[in-house]
This record gives sequence, C-alpha cells and structure tokens, in this order.
Amino acid sequence: MTTRMREVYSDTLIRLAEKDRNIVVLEADLMAAHATKSFMEKFPERTFNVGVAEANMVGIACGLSARGKIPFAGSFAPFVTRRAYDQFFVSANYAKLNVKLMGSDPGITAAYNGGTHMPFEDVGIMRNVPGLIIYEPADGVSLQKLLTESAYRKGNVYLRLHRGNAPGIYNQNDEIKLGKANVLKDGNDVTLIASGVVMVNEALKASEMLQKEGVSAAVIDMHTIKPLDEEIVLKYAAKTSRIVTCENHQVMNGLGSAVAEVLSEKQPILMKRIGVNDEFGEVGDIEYLKERFGLTAKRICESARSLLVTA
Amino acid sequence: MIEKEFKELKSKAKHIRKLTIDTIGHLGFGHIGGSMSIVEILTMLYYKHMRIDPMDPKKKDRDILILSKGHGGPTLYCVLADKGYFSLDLLHTLNTGGTSLPSHVDMNRTPGIDMTAGSLGQGLSAAVGMALANRLDKNPGLVYAIIGDGESDEGQVWEAAMAAAHFKLDNLIAFTDRNKLQIDGFTKNIMDLGDLKAKWESFGWFTQQIDGHNFEAIDKSINRAKTETGRPAMIILETVKGKGVSFAENKESSHHMAFDYEMAKQAISCL
Ligand SMILES: Cc1ncc(C[n+]2csc(CCOP(=O)(O)OP(=O)(O)O)c2C)c(N)n1
Ligand SMILES: [Mg+2]
Repeated sequence: MTTRMREVYSDTLIRLAEKDRNIVVLEADLMAAHATKSFMEKFPERTFNVGVAEANMVGIACGLSARGKIPFAGSFAPFVTRRAYDQFFVSANYAKLNVKLMGSDPGITAAYNGGTHMPFEDVGIMRNVPGLIIYEPADGVSLQKLLTESAYRKGNVYLRLHRGNAPGIYNQNDEIKLGKANVLKDGNDVTLIASGVVMVNEALKASEMLQKEGVSAAVIDMHTIKPLDEEIVLKYAAKTSRIVTCENHQVMNGLGSAVAEVLSEKQPILMKRIGVNDEFGEVGDIEYLKERFGLTAKRICESARSLLVTA
Repeated sequence: MIEKEFKELKSKAKHIRKLTIDTIGHLGFGHIGGSMSIVEILTMLYYKHMRIDPMDPKKKDRDILILSKGHGGPTLYCVLADKGYFSLDLLHTLNTGGTSLPSHVDMNRTPGIDMTAGSLGQGLSAAVGMALANRLDKNPGLVYAIIGDGESDEGQVWEAAMAAAHFKLDNLIAFTDRNKLQIDGFTKNIMDLGDLKAKWESFGWFTQQIDGHNFEAIDKSINRAKTETGRPAMIILETVKGKGVSFAENKESSHHMAFDYEMAKQAISCL
C-alpha cells in the first residue's frame, strides 16, 4: 500500500498534539507542500507560518523550545539545513534544547526544482552537529512510528522527509525504533545498507535481481543515520563480509561514510558506497535523475558483484 | 512616437506572455503565477532599457539583470529566446532532464542569465556585489534585480538593502514584484509586509511604487531611478500573480500549477 508521506507527517503531529498541548508546528511558506494545513485547521493557535524565512523559523523554534514547547519546524531540506545551520547549531544544539527539524525533498526527489533545491549534503552537514539524531524513514509506517518517538525523546532531531508517495514496507506491528536498524531481508553473500524511500526500494529491487543470479543479499533499512546502529553493521560485516551502502545523498559524510567509519576502525572489510559523487543536482524527473546519478538497483548490483569477484 | 513605442512594447509583452504559457503548458506544470507577473517589467527592461548584446551575452559593460525570484525563469527564457540569445526550439525542453533551461535560473546553463538563483533571498546581495564591482572597474553597466514580495520575508534581503544604501549604490535599480501572493496564500495573511514603500525608504533607498503592468509608469519610474545619485533605487511593482491567465490570476493556488497543453492553448487564445 502506498502512503502519502506528507499526510502521515501532518496526521501524526495532529495525533501528538491532541495528547500534548506543547506540540507546535512551524513552517516557512511551505505548508502546502507538507500538508500541515490540516494541522493548522485543528490547532490554529499552535501553528506558526513565518513566511519565507528559514533562519528566523529555526530561531523562533529555539525560543519556543526554551519555554517548554515541542516545536516541529519544516521547510525544504536544503533551506532548513544550509540556510539555518548556525541557528540550529547554536541556538538549538549547543544550547541543548529540543527542536524537531524537518527537511523535505531529499536528494533527487527535489526533481523539477533542480540544483538549488536538491540536497545531497544535508545529512553530511547535520552529521557534524554533536549529539543530533538524524533519521530518514523509508515508508509511512516507519515515519509515523519514528516521528512519534522523536516527539517524546528529549533533544534535537533532524527528520529527512520524503514528502511524496511511498510504497509500504512495514506493518503496523513491526518494531521500529530510532537508532535501531531493521533487517528487511536476510542474506549471506553481501549486505545492502540503505536509507530513505528511494534507496531502500532500489536496494530491495537489487536484492531480488541478485537472488536470480544466486547471490544472497541482505537488505538493511538504516533509517537512523545518527546515531548509527553499529551493532548491526558489525554483525552483517561478520556474516557477509561485503557491504554496499545506498543513499540518495553524496557519498561523502552521509550513510556510506558513517558505515565506513565503523568498519574501518572496528572490522575492516570490503565495501562500496552507492550515492552521488561530488556533484550538484539538476532538474529532471525521478527516473532521469536516478540514472543520471547512478542511484539504481542496477548499479547496486554491479557494486555487489564487484565485491563478490574481488573477495 | 512615444505612443507607438508603448504600443510595440505592449504587443511584445503579449507575445512573451503567450510564449511563456506555451512553454510551461508544453511541460504541463510550472511556476505560472510568478512568471506572469513579471512579463511587463522584463519586456520593458530587455526591449527598451537594458544595454545588452544577444550576440555577446558576456559583454563586459552590459547591463545586468538578477532574477532573484529564480522560479520566474520561464518568462526570462522566453524573452532571451525572442531576443536571439538561443534558439526558440529550446523552450520546449524547459525543465526536462539535461535541459539548458532549468526551472530556476542558472548562469552556467543558459546564455543571457547573469546570476544563478532559486534559493530565495540571495539575489539582492549578489546585485550589491556586482554594483560594487562595476563601480571599482568604472564600468558604466547598471545592475537590475527583481525580488519577490514573499521573498522579502528573508532577512538577507534587508541586510542587502542596508548595505546597498550604505555603499551609496546608485548603479543598482531593484524591483519588488508586489503580486501580494506567496506559496501558502496572500502575503498579508502569511507574513504581513506592512508598508513596504516606507520600509525601503527608511532603509535609505529612493523608492517608487507603481502599476507593474503599465508601460508608461514602468518607463517613467526607471528613467527617474536612473537619474538618482548617491543611493540605490527600489521600484515596487504592483502586479497581479498569474496576470492574464484566467485560471491562475490572483489565485492562492497560482504559485505552481499543473495544466495541460489544451488549457495552455485556450489561455493563449484568450489574450
Ligand atoms: C530559501 C527558499 N525558501 C523556500 C523556497 C521555496 N519557495 C519557492 S517560491 C516561494 C514563494 C515565493 O513567493 P514570492 O517571492 O512572492 O514569489 P512570486 O509570488 O513572485 O512567485 C517559496 C517559499 C525557496 N525557493 N527558497
Ligand atoms: Mg509574490
């Protein structure tokens, strides 16, 4: 079943706000994109649209947080990270507050908005914020569960939100927790570690393709990029001795780097990183952009095969 | 004579408006609202005021335009194609994979685009930098910039405003496309800009507020701005978002719309 992720975002916040009067929502002229107009209809006094002013929005969220509110502040991922980085870094994180930042349209899903709007670096820059939790759900169920958990967990969070439609991966009764990766498919020859809607689905597809060639590929949904679930990385490093990471992001300082850091220090094995290689984004539809930046099941398979040959 | 000139500009604007609807309609979706509100100002600049050479887009002493509300690209592309910067055929590649005409203007992809934009709020600062460089180089080229009214929510706009006045940049003429709408609705309801004219005046700019679809008024205001010395000039263009397209005009939903080629053709035939 496909879900409209933006609606899950808004509906989950509504449910949280019904129980907790401290939940507030901030937007920067993109409520239409995030379906939060439904939140505003229910809680007009707890919704603050600050106009096209991301830095100000994050600053205001920090003030709300300092007075005990639980602010969920969102904009397109590039603007809410790059443009409000210092506000989030200092006023939210250094000040140890409780701001829930949301950036939408990860990587190539910015599609027709092109290079200015296409964040291949947001996770990278956010990963440098000490103690920050960073997560990117792969479907509606995991979004709803992780978003809910993030609300009750004190501290700053960055949600990388795919706001379009996403095919269902989880069931309501699956356990999905921040910081704990989910094994979607077990395997023995190689492990595909992915995050986000686009790449988790490509990894699942790749695993099926490899299966047909007699290669058993495990697929792990690493929805929480920070703190990374090191335990599962090490477990599958031992089990399959080959890992391919898959991210809709630069290979620098994103999921692939995080996995490489763990492996190189604790259990060096061969790995490959699928992601964008030091390039800016550009306009196009999703299929064009997947090919353009090599974010495809086909390329995941090629990387997996190359590891199997060399090992 | 003057009357004839305005008549020609009006018919040119109509042509640009049609071309822009066709260009966006061919793709099937796009920033129709903010493209329609800048048809007249771009027509006036490119067909009358700017000293430019389509055969030499990077000419050192040319006048420069920064479209800071970079999502208005489609209209500017139509103007540039009509001026001969590149082939009209390119217009139907708008925003498709590998195109040289992306949704938001990009100086490295499109001949005639002077500055890359798309992340709102940055263009006026770049305009200040270009105006400073021209002054250092004794380059007579003028720097024009167009910002959105929603875009004016960004603090950086006001940082640039302060700097331009501080540096007495009389080679900088900026326009605000005051179409009263941003994505989520009317600016008055989303983030009230208050008395915009008073704001720019208080920041030290020579400020005029005019009908942004009226050629006589635009022409007069630019001529007047050019004569101002010792301070930058702001011209607030009172415009209508989606101007000329019945399904978009002054609609809250007009920022980005999907419409098919049939609807586009019909809108064109209504002009
Ligand atoms: C920094 C930044 N934040 C958000 C956006 C998304 N966005 C694109 S256009 C727009 C509204 C702009 O309103 P306005 O400047 O009035 O444009 P116009 O009405 O002329 O189309 C927004 C929020 C963006 N492009 N850049
Ligand atoms: Mg506007």
